[in-house]
Amino acid sequence: MAAAGRKVADPARVFAVTDHIVDTRPGRTDQTLMPGGQAFITETRAATLAAGIRLFDVTDPDQGIVHVISPELGIVLPGATLIAPDSHTCTQGAFGALAWGIGSSEAEHAMATGTLRLKKPGTMRVTFAGVLPAMVTPKDMALALIARHGAGGGAGHAVEFAGEAVRALDMEGRMTLCNMATEFAAMTGMIAPDEKTFAWLAGRRYAPSGPQWEAALAQWRMLASDPDARFDREIGIDAGALAPMVSWGTSPEQSAPIDGCVPPDAPQRVLDYIGLASGVQLKGTAIDAAFIGSCTNSRLSDLRQAASLLQGRRIAQGLKAICVPGSSQVKREAEAEGLDRIFIEAGFEWRESGCSMCFYAGGESFAPGARVVSTTNRNFESRQGPNVKTHIASPATVAASALAGCLADPREIA
Amino acid sequence: MARPFSEVTSLPLPLLRDNVDTDQIIPSREMKSTGKTGLADGLFAGWRYIGTSGREPDPAFVLNDPRYAHSAVILAGRNFGCGSSREHAVWALAEYGFRAVIAESFAPIFAGNCVRNGIVPVVLDAAAIAAIAGSGGPITIRLAEQDVSLADGRRWTFAIDAEAKAMLLDGLDAIDLTLRQAERIAAWQGQDRAARPWIYLEKPA
Ligand code: SF4
Repeated sequence: MAAAGRKVADPARVFAVTDHIVDTRPGRTDQTLMPGGQAFITETRAATLAAGIRLFDVTDPDQGIVHVISPELGIVLPGATLIAPDSHTCTQGAFGALAWGIGSSEAEHAMATGTLRLKKPGTMRVTFAGVLPAMVTPKDMALALIARHGAGGGAGHAVEFAGEAVRALDMEGRMTLCNMATEFAAMTGMIAPDEKTFAWLAGRRYAPSGPQWEAALAQWRMLASDPDARFDREIGIDAGALAPMVSWGTSPEQSAPIDGCVPPDAPQRVLDYIGLASGVQLKGTAIDAAFIGSCTNSRLSDLRQAASLLQGRRIAQGLKAICVPGSSQVKREAEAEGLDRIFIEAGFEWRESGCSMCFYAGGESFAPGARVVSTTNRNFESRQGPNVKTHIASPATVAASALAGCLADPREIA
Repeated sequence: MARPFSEVTSLPLPLLRDNVDTDQIIPSREMKSTGKTGLADGLFAGWRYIGTSGREPDPAFVLNDPRYAHSAVILAGRNFGCGSSREHAVWALAEYGFRAVIAESFAPIFAGNCVRNGIVPVVLDAAAIAAIAGSGGPITIRLAEQDVSLADGRRWTFAIDAEAKAMLLDGLDAIDLTLRQAERIAAWQGQDRAARPWIYLEKPA
């Protein structure tokens, strides 16, 4: 922007975060294993200072993954339009905001003009009826949706998640569900704000307070879709019939229930990469590493769920296991509850917050070819390191698998 | 400012798989600078080179097939450009010399990034893509006419949003286009600020 002689239209509405590039090893500094990462951090610091933009810097107590800290700080609000040059911005649709990911040029456009040019997307409602069984989580809801309707299933649409099972989720679970709308190729995912949303936001730093809070509440209560609202497309899923899910291939749509098998018609190229054969049982597949973190599953409730399985147990011998809280605040809260001890005593590394090995951010990766069970959102080829085979799953499934040393069903441990 | 696009004739590079993601188009380890250039060398690095760090071309990957050395068009399957929003993927394609991608569908962020960088995202159905791949010959993409044709006369039309088309044809900068409406934007924001003051934060805390 500086090169084009353009200014940020309203710096007070722009925030900057260090998350993708930072090191997450304990005692970190600006140094990062990411090539060019340190220069990126230094340049960001200088550019945000010059433009008057609030930066959540490496050592800031509020540092964390952008989609975790924005809700924590009350930056995202119901009815707000929120964008970030990151595809998982849709996470924040959980608050009834219109939140979506854009590219760098569009980010420049938004900062320079305070607007974006956008084609109105189609509307889709995905209704999860019924009650989620024990150890089945919002991550499993998202994977089940994508497995059934395809990684391109939401293309061209903004998706509203609705139904009894969605209403029953806490805010963190709602964020997990909306997070993966982008894996469904939807422009965004969103959930109608309700009393849970408002209670969660009350008192957060950038949320309104006093009389403004009351005025905001009155508006926010009108945001939900009308009961007779019509959508361009509707999908229904019985949440009560869902099982813990795990991916078997290199796209999130290549996922199956943990007690299922690699399908008979799996593409050979995918099987060659992932090193599994059609028909083999997923449960029992030996793993080399486990990862708990990312904007999908790194909030306090995720860590609590994993810790509830890990407590008093040890992970399989020789397994590399890492837990990366989504924000510095989550990390502090988890430590206050003693969750860090549970993870460490079980054999996990306990990290500083950031994107970490979700995509070998910070320049770190798993060993070439390693098989990793991970709470992240993308099982693409080499995303977590050269030829790394990623199986995405919920925190419960990852914890259960870490204990067993192979893909495992959390329902059998709990 | 992007390169204006009117038409291109090229033998299309067949990359007939679904869900080609931006991590494959440009792996994050190849994004070494903060700028938009120096990326072409890392395009499809994971598939293009043998091993993860070297630069020895893998003859099995189609980009290394000399027949396609001058391809300016990629022919792909469903959901091209899914995954990370990194615009580097499009910058790398543009820098390498690609002017268009033909696919059954695109990830929305990727398609938006294409338009901003002079690459035409052309959506055709599976039958058309199979016919083009099967012909083994060059195709011509004309943006004004919104069509793709083979030398033998077979021809398909494609849809593209009017504004995206205008931007591609003229290589227009979207920011300048928008700033022409600065007054209307300010007027709307004034109204919105009165109705929803909590959206307009005062200054960085
Ligand atoms: S945690 Fe992973 S998916 Fe989320 S923003 Fe960071 S790199 Fe992207």
